[in-house]
Amino acid sequence: MAPPRTAPTITWAMIVVWLVFASVPLWIEKVGLYQYLGVEILIFAMYALAYNLVLGHAGLPSFGHGAFVGVGAYAVGLAQFNVAANLWICLAVAVGAAAVAGALVALFISHRRGIYYALMTIAFGQIFWFVAIKAHSLTGGEDGLLKIARLPATFGMTTFDLTSNVALYYFVLVVFAAVSFLLWRIVHSPFGRVVKAIKQNETRARFVGYDVWRFKAAILVLSACLSGLAGALFSMAQTSAFPDVMSLHYSGYVVMMTLVGGGLVSFWGPVIGAAAFFLARDIIGAVTTGWMLWFGMSFVVLVLFKPEGIAGIYQSLAQRRAKTAAPVVAPTSQVR
Amino acid sequence: MALFEAKDLHLRFGDRVVLENVSLAFEAGQLSGIMGPNGAGKTTCFNVLTGRYKPDRGQVLWQGEDITGRSPQAIARLGIARSFQLMNLFDEFSVFENIAIALPQTRARSRNMVREAYADAALVDEAHAILKRVGLAERAGDEAKSLPYGARRALEIGVALACRPKLLFLDEPTAGLGSDGRARLAELILKLKGSVTIVIIEHDMEFLFSLADRISVIHWGQVIAKGTPAALKANPWVEASNLGRLN
Repeated sequence: MAPPRTAPTITWAMIVVWLVFASVPLWIEKVGLYQYLGVEILIFAMYALAYNLVLGHAGLPSFGHGAFVGVGAYAVGLAQFNVAANLWICLAVAVGAAAVAGALVALFISHRRGIYYALMTIAFGQIFWFVAIKAHSLTGGEDGLLKIARLPATFGMTTFDLTSNVALYYFVLVVFAAVSFLLWRIVHSPFGRVVKAIKQNETRARFVGYDVWRFKAAILVLSACLSGLAGALFSMAQTSAFPDVMSLHYSGYVVMMTLVGGGLVSFWGPVIGAAAFFLARDIIGAVTTGWMLWFGMSFVVLVLFKPEGIAGIYQSLAQRRAKTAAPVVAPTSQVR
Repeated sequence: MALFEAKDLHLRFGDRVVLENVSLAFEAGQLSGIMGPNGAGKTTCFNVLTGRYKPDRGQVLWQGEDITGRSPQAIARLGIARSFQLMNLFDEFSVFENIAIALPQTRARSRNMVREAYADAALVDEAHAILKRVGLAERAGDEAKSLPYGARRALEIGVALACRPKLLFLDEPTAGLGSDGRARLAELILKLKGSVTIVIIEHDMEFLFSLADRISVIHWGQVIAKGTPAALKANPWVEASNLGRLN
C-alpha cells in the first residue's frame, strides 16, 4: 500500500532559506551591494510567495495584485497618522484593509477563471491605482504619502528600534519566516488541497461537493492579506508609500518574479525569482540603464524553453543526477 | 416513494427542446438504466438531475424533498454522486489523492488551513478500500494522468464512490472500453449493486440489459418506453430507437 503524500512541518529547504537570508547582512556589503537591497528582496519574496498562492497554487491569473500591496502600503501610513503610532496596530490595519480590498475584488471575480479572471484583475488593479493617484487628500496622489516612520517593534518588555536597515531587515525576516511557514501549512492543509483540486478541475470539484466560489474567494483574500502585509513593510522600508506599486507594470513584475523563479513547480520558486529580479536590476543595472530589456529577454527565453523557471531547471538537473548516480528506486513526486 | 424522482422535466436551449416531459423514478437499491441513441438527451438529463442545468419546468425530488435547481455541490452533499462520460479527474493529483479529496472527511475539514491534509489513518484506509474496490490499489501513488485509459475509467467511478453516495449516476461508463474492459466494469457494477442505488446511462444495449433492473429509453428528449429489460426487448420502438431507425 503506497503511503499518501504528507509534508513535514518544517523542511530542510525552509531552514536553508531562512538561514541564508539570516546571513545576508553579514556579507552583502562585502560583495559590493547594500543592506537596503536585502530588505527589498525579502519584502518582494514575501509578496511573490503570497502572490503564488493565487497564480501557482490556485491557477488564477491575477494581474492586478499590486492593488493589495498598495492598499497595505497606504493603510500602514494612514493608521500611523490617524489611528495610533503602534507598529502592531498599524500592521493589523494594513492587513485588514488589504483583506477588505481582496474581498471586494473576490466578490466580483470568483466565478471567473482563465482569461476572464485575468482581465477582471487588470481592471480592478487599474481602478485601485487610479483612485490612489486621484485621492490626493488621502494618499498624496503622485507625490506619495511621505514621512511614514519605522515604528519600533515591542515584544512585551523589550523594544527593538527599526530605523537602521539591518534592524528592519531582521524584523522583515521574522515576518517572512512566519509567512512562509504559514503558507507551507496552508498549501498542505485540507483547504489548500481543495484549492489545488479546483485548479485542476473546477467542474469535478463542484460535483464532489465543494463550493468552488468560496474557495476561490478565500484564497484571493488570503493572498491579498499577505500582499498587504508586504506592502506595509515596503512603505516602512521606503518611509513613504507611492502609487507606482499599484500600477500595471508593477503588478507585472511580481508575475515575472514568480514565473522566472519557478512558482508553478516549486514552493520556493517565487523567492528565487524575487532575488533574481532585484539582483538583475542592480547588477545589470550597474552596466546599462536598459537592464529591464535584458531581464525581459531572459524572461522570454525562460518561458519559451523552460516555463518551469529557475526552480524547474534545478529540479531537472537534480533528477538527471539522481538517475545517473543511483537507479535504485522509482522517483516519487514531491513538492519541494 | 422512490428514492429519486424527476417529474415532467422540460429544458430548451434557445429554440431547441432538449428535454420534454421527462419523468423518471429510481427505487432505492435498484440499478436503473437510461438508454437511447447519441444526442437523445441522456447526458442533458443527468445534468439536470445533478444540478448542472436548471430545468425550465418540472421537479426533481430527493426522498420526497424538492431539490430542483440546487447547485451541483449542494446536490453532491446530499449523497448524490456522478461520474462523467468525458473523464473529469484531478490529473496532477496521485490516484490516491483523487479519491481522498472527494471523501466526506476531507470535505468536513476543508476549512482547516493548518493541519496536514491526509494524516488521518481512517481517511487513508477508506481511500485505499475504495481503490481496492475499483481495482487500482497497486497504482495509488501514480499520477492520474499517467494511467492507461481503462484505469482512468475505473478511477472516474472511484472518485464518485469516494463521495459515499446513496445514489450513483454513471454517465456512459463503458465509453471507449474494449470488451475486456466492459466485462471488468460489469463485474464492478454488479459488486456495487445493492449497496448503492445506481443509475447508468448507456447506449450499449446488451451491457445494460445484463445489469439493470429497470430501463428507461430516451429519444428526442422524451421517455419513449420504460420497463424491465425483458419487457423492453419485446418492444419494437426500443429496437428501432437503438438501431437509429426512428429518425
